[in-house]
Amino acid sequence: MAREVWITGYGLLSPLGETPEAWFAALADPARWRAGVDAAACAPFPIHPIGAYALEKQVPKPGDQRAMGPLMQYGAYAAGLALEMAGIKGNAALLQETHLVAASGGGERDWDLDRQILAKLEGANDGGALLNQQLADGLRPTLFLAQLPNLFAGNISIIHGVSGSSRTFMGEEAAGIDALRVAFRRCAAGQGDIFLVGAAYNAARPDLHQQYHAGGILLAGGWQPLWHRPEPGVCLGSAGAFVVLESKERAMARGARPRARLLAVESERTARKPGAAAQIAEGSFARILPQTKPGALAVLSGASGRGGITHEEREFLAAVAGDTGLPVRGTAAAFGHAMECAPLQNVVLAAAALERGTLFAPLEPDEPVEAEFEGALRQMLVTSWGHAKGEGMVLLEAIDG
Amino acid sequence: MARDAGKPIAVTGIGMITSLGVGVAENWRRLTAGDSGIHRITRFPIDGLRTTIAGSVDFMHDEPITIPSHSYVMADRAAAEALAMAGMAGQDFPGELVLAAPPIEHDWGTRRALSARLDCGENSPYSPGRRVHPPTPDLVPYYEDFLNGTLAERLAEKYRVCGSPITLTTACASGATTIQLGVEAIRRGDAPAALAVATDGSISEETLIRFSLLSALSAKNEEPTKASRPFSKNRDGFVMAEGAAALVLEDPEHAKARGAAILGYVRGVGEAADTFHRTRSHPNGQAIIRSMQGAIEDAGLQAADVGYINAHGTGTPENDKMEHFGIVNVFGADGAKKVAVSSNKSMVGHCLTAAGTVEAAFTILTLRDGILPPTINYEIPDPAIQLDVVPNQARRQKVAFALSNSFGFGGQNVSLVFAAA
Repeated sequence: MAREVWITGYGLLSPLGETPEAWFAALADPARWRAGVDAAACAPFPIHPIGAYALEKQVPKPGDQRAMGPLMQYGAYAAGLALEMAGIKGNAALLQETHLVAASGGGERDWDLDRQILAKLEGANDGGALLNQQLADGLRPTLFLAQLPNLFAGNISIIHGVSGSSRTFMGEEAAGIDALRVAFRRCAAGQGDIFLVGAAYNAARPDLHQQYHAGGILLAGGWQPLWHRPEPGVCLGSAGAFVVLESKERAMARGARPRARLLAVESERTARKPGAAAQIAEGSFARILPQTKPGALAVLSGASGRGGITHEEREFLAAVAGDTGLPVRGTAAAFGHAMECAPLQNVVLAAAALERGTLFAPLEPDEPVEAEFEGALRQMLVTSWGHAKGEGMVLLEAIDG
Repeated sequence: MARDAGKPIAVTGIGMITSLGVGVAENWRRLTAGDSGIHRITRFPIDGLRTTIAGSVDFMHDEPITIPSHSYVMADRAAAEALAMAGMAGQDFPGELVLAAPPIEHDWGTRRALSARLDCGENSPYSPGRRVHPPTPDLVPYYEDFLNGTLAERLAEKYRVCGSPITLTTACASGATTIQLGVEAIRRGDAPAALAVATDGSISEETLIRFSLLSALSAKNEEPTKASRPFSKNRDGFVMAEGAAALVLEDPEHAKARGAAILGYVRGVGEAADTFHRTRSHPNGQAIIRSMQGAIEDAGLQAADVGYINAHGTGTPENDKMEHFGIVNVFGADGAKKVAVSSNKSMVGHCLTAAGTVEAAFTILTLRDGILPPTINYEIPDPAIQLDVVPNQARRQKVAFALSNSFGFGGQNVSLVFAAA
């Protein structure tokens, strides 16, 4: 028999702050969350950056701070928030049985160095020797370590003392949803009792903009409402998000307070022919449906804003809502799309919303799937529809529900 | 504890590519002969480089190599061989794919080509002074090929695996982590099989220089085949290498029911994260000790039952010292002298992301054939490391249980216990 899995801690560093009070206050006021968009920093691509925050609160040692770029700093900070809430932070015995599953791409490059090298290589006769020399002179060892994705988790182990185990998944949105799925299934099956699961994303990265722009997926020019964007419709957002998953038995034994119950984590793959992702979603939803409580359920969508696939999700959700009256919130409208971190960010927001028992107002009031919801919120469905891959669904439930 | 904790998982297929060649048979023949695959780098100019040697795989294809294309070609070949050996080629695979792959970024050839053709805005370091311009469709591969999820996606589609494929990295422990995830999924009953694949085709100017700057690489360039010297007194670093390996993992009942030949078993998995330093183990060795002990306990064995250790054995001064220290702690001073310990990396170099799976495959062959592969280039023993390293020549010795260690930069440590079929 599978064990019950609780969320006993969560942390989210976001463009809208780092506390539930800050997130929900901003979400209640369109002028405030729209102010989180920065059109200039990475023009012409608008992004949702993370503003100033006190890194030293979770990463006190200057040496640790210097060993990381923004991506890893966001992750280490959010992991600290989650451990703190779960009452695990600083507890060596608990940290030794905590298993870390992270989702991350590589860390930041030295863009100035890239710019200089590209300029020097242009028209150079002996490009190879010049490149070697430029790299050997310009690359910094600490930066290399800050680029390795596994050091995302490695830094969290070093800074917070998480030493049970450490695994880093890669691969955009699918990495985020699969990190949660594997930790959930291991916890439910008794392959470990306490899991720290999370991800981070830095939207202010010209190297990634170059790659994504080559694929024609980035929104350029002004911000637009999420559900009706063109194919180049992804507006990236920075985030760091972590949750602590724990078996009910282990949490009760140590007197930990549950924040939400994790009922299901589904993830699947499809070749993404038109309609294929919707077919996957139908299957996932059908498996989850018996556990849902009609009338007390809302959806946080992981829609990226990329035109075609976002429209496909909107139509799927509209069809489901037609049957059940599900209110949907496309959170990327307000937070930006955080790639690997998008599913985790929504899981944190869902857990926090369930603790409050209320859903925030529609982010796109003219879009029918973003229906008003005034009732008591007991369950949340989180969807992942990766911009290219990564279909998933998560069902969370309020603890006294 | 888990319903099926400690359950042995069968290995029914293996595939492999290293600098020694393509395929399990060729690799095993050359490894047991004590051949080295390390050679001078020809892929890119080596002017001014501190290290000019590697175990690169240069015989798979002719077209210009990018990290994702090279990593894919090797992973594909290894997966195909493993599935054919398991008798599962050309059918739906009844389990998940777990892939260890190198972190992917544009290499310099790609970065130069793309930067010349794509306008990302005036302030972008990749198109300074050029206004943004919509991309043309021919640039889409520069996006698709360099997504971290693309390799697994293509393998999952081609080999018709179930579910969402996982791509992971735990640095030099990555390959071992794929096996661990596969074993866990089968043990908890998610599926009767798993396809664990690891690949690394990431040798480029930048990766080589990055590791060089960490003082991690051997600079014994004069005689490439002699450069990798695990456990020797004059070892001076690891040799970067490429390769791929694949294992078909299967519930033993499932394998028997379909009449598959079982090559060996994964009996135990153990892991622990170090919290000390980004490139060094804690001097107390606790994480690597917990990792080895965890695997042996999960297998339901005692250290004395283990007859052979396929060492992480990178040939860096730090790793070999700490691995020896860990072995002495787990096996005891006398036990550590009795157990045979050898390093495949003395011959194939350090396949980084793929190393754990390459070495797992070699460990299964070690158990199957009763031949311990040697540690070559062992000419000047390190007096501080008193181990039977199977020096320079393979040894015929039947072993029932073997331990394979993988320790990564960043503190990720995984140990696996294998048993003969």
